[in-house]
Amino acid sequence: MYKYDQYDHAMVRARVEDFRDQTRRRIEGKLTDDQFKPLRLKNGLYLQLHAYMLRVAIPYGTLNSTQMRKLAHIARKYDRGYGHFTTRQNIQYHWIKLEEAPDILAELAEVEMHAIQTSGESIRNISADQYAGAAHDEIMDPRPWAEMIRQMTTFMPEFSYLPRKFKIAVIASPADRAALRWHDFAIRIVRNEAGEIGFECYAGGGMGRTPFIAYKIRDFLPTGQILSYLQAVLRVWNRHARRDNIHKQRMKILVHELGEDEFRRQVEEEFQHFLTLGQDFPQAEYDRIAAYFAPPPFETGLPEEIDRSDPDFALWVDRQVARHKAPGYAIVNISLKPTGQIPGDISAEQMELVADLAERYSFDELRVTHAQNLVLPHVRKQDLYAVWTALNEAGLGEANLDLVTDIIACPGLDYCSLANARSIPIAQELSRRFADKDRQADIGELKLKISGCINACGHHHAGNIGILGVDRKGKENYQLLLGGSGDENTTQAKITGPGFDEEGIVDAVERAIERYREIREPGERFIDTYRRVGMEAFKEAIYG
Amino acid sequence: MAEVLRFRDDAVPDEPAVSLDAFLDQTNAASVRIEAGDDVRRLAPVLDRVRLVEIDFPRFRDGRGFSSARILREMGYTGEIKATGDVLVDLVWFMRRCGFDSFAPNVPFNDEDVQAALTRYPYVYQDAADGAVPIWRLRHPELQNG
Amino acid sequence: MRILTGNDLKNGRVVWWDGQGWSIHVEDAVDVGDQADAILAREDAACRVNGGYAIDAEPDPSGRGVRPAHIKDRIRAYGPTVRPDLTLKPADPNAGTWVI
Repeated sequence: MYKYDQYDHAMVRARVEDFRDQTRRRIEGKLTDDQFKPLRLKNGLYLQLHAYMLRVAIPYGTLNSTQMRKLAHIARKYDRGYGHFTTRQNIQYHWIKLEEAPDILAELAEVEMHAIQTSGESIRNISADQYAGAAHDEIMDPRPWAEMIRQMTTFMPEFSYLPRKFKIAVIASPADRAALRWHDFAIRIVRNEAGEIGFECYAGGGMGRTPFIAYKIRDFLPTGQILSYLQAVLRVWNRHARRDNIHKQRMKILVHELGEDEFRRQVEEEFQHFLTLGQDFPQAEYDRIAAYFAPPPFETGLPEEIDRSDPDFALWVDRQVARHKAPGYAIVNISLKPTGQIPGDISAEQMELVADLAERYSFDELRVTHAQNLVLPHVRKQDLYAVWTALNEAGLGEANLDLVTDIIACPGLDYCSLANARSIPIAQELSRRFADKDRQADIGELKLKISGCINACGHHHAGNIGILGVDRKGKENYQLLLGGSGDENTTQAKITGPGFDEEGIVDAVERAIERYREIREPGERFIDTYRRVGMEAFKEAIYG
Repeated sequence: MAEVLRFRDDAVPDEPAVSLDAFLDQTNAASVRIEAGDDVRRLAPVLDRVRLVEIDFPRFRDGRGFSSARILREMGYTGEIKATGDVLVDLVWFMRRCGFDSFAPNVPFNDEDVQAALTRYPYVYQDAADGAVPIWRLRHPELQNG
Repeated sequence: MRILTGNDLKNGRVVWWDGQGWSIHVEDAVDVGDQADAILAREDAACRVNGGYAIDAEPDPSGRGVRPAHIKDRIRAYGPTVRPDLTLKPADPNAGTWVI
């Protein structure tokens, strides 16, 4: 994976000192809260319900064991012994003290980590396929491009105050594991008929209160022109977005209002202009970055067979282990969704255990997924049993990847000052309701996503089943949505009808799932059945 | 604490800036005021008579002026670009990079804060309007003439 | 009654105006009547509290002193309902039900 050189180190250390100075000025009263807020938000520091929250970037979801141990250390020393992995493949800590935040950033900088642009109106952490570099279906590792775009978009002067946040994703497979079309700007790396590598570009996606699925705005962009193209997209948006209503300033609104053709035309015009400025990074810089992502030294001649004599292990293998491109290797998904637990939460001890496993069994590499789970990307099949045993002992042996209990949930009203309702207790209750292994397996793939407010951090628009928490006259109320998806057939979920209280929503989800089991045809997943029969058949079951 | 922070040695243009529409109508005006929603590209045909462009920031959250400044520099404009309005001192370095070379904020900056903001970052990751050499170029001295 | 709350500037902890200063216990909160803006302006200028605001509350019959009207502020007063071990009343099995 990427390693900082003297320049990267110098920039991150400068940001630490910058933030230390800003924090000092705030504590001394030289900055008001109104003045300090945009500054701290550009560095991932929020004020939430119980304390400050710090969101640490995990670029394209990749980290090594040293970094994971540092995250554990921070959880223990500066927080309350745990962290929360987010749907942007980041980690956040919910009990941070402002006066300690600069020290935390200094500790992060020691292991090549930071919180730059993890919140506020900025270009956010770039997300990528969590199987990058290991996936059997990728045409190349997308992370060198993600890293290059990270550098291009760090402290971009023209875009110091964008209309809103801007989220980018990069993948290189036909299967979409990164919810590409829910991003403001997204790239799928493709090969054209001449065999050249290029970018298929999407723009104008996003969740929030006005969800849109991104349009494809270019079939093929030569890779060496990405900075020009990205600047063109950002400039068109920065110049022409509304500035009078914060809820209408995301790029998706501009793309929608202009129409995809007019947006594309404006971007192309600006792009041609940028090409004349010659600001793209050269191939030599790509090559320098890509060298860090060279495949690890995979062994050859490894056994393919897995001893399945332990039935619990066999179940876990079938659920959590994905195909790897190298013979004898496998991708291991680690569930952070044990029955009744908080989705995405992990203790310092568990972080250290996972770091040990990465170091010992996965070429020192770990990934964070947008579904709030972890991945050991390169595990020898012959080591799977040892990995499973260790995970199991740490409470991380759950086998529920992509099942109904593999729930995405935002922190909700238990932590977040924006939330209208709690998300986690709903996730926990659903997790307990569907805990039975056979029942979960019978239901099959079902992506359930819960947000505690309209900002949609829990991706409810993309849930096969989505739940949105709202405030109804001071009481928590939950709307049910069906039919969303974040994969290569992206769709937006639709609201079923009137909302429910805390218990009612869990029952309603169960009725929808039971209806699916009654009417599904052989081989159909929940989403397939929904697409075939539509909303009505489910509404009838839900509302009677 | 100066009212105007200026990074130029030439004489300060002293005529008041007029709106973009007025500037395009009056053939003798030399100072123009760009509001956040104005299209600076409309100045292209008359750029040779512009001596000062004031770019206004109605709120610090409105970043359109950053693009306006950069576009002016990309058009070859070498006269003064002054930021006025609600300007955050912490963003001064980024504004310098976009081509601003004077600042007349609503609330005058503290000199120390300006110095700190301008000297904080030792390098830049990408090209802008200031001619600073991006990190990728420092990494590849063999490409210096490329 | 009207009570004041905010987060401590330096450490972010939830605090309540007790008449003299800021307490971490909601039961210490006092009715500020129409003095909310004046107190908040003074305390904000003194850099003790961040994002202070006034809320409606009522005296709590269960003996906990004061109960904020909105669930968000009850969660702030108590802690995350999903982690009773991290709240101000980790040993009180009924504390969570006070929130809802």
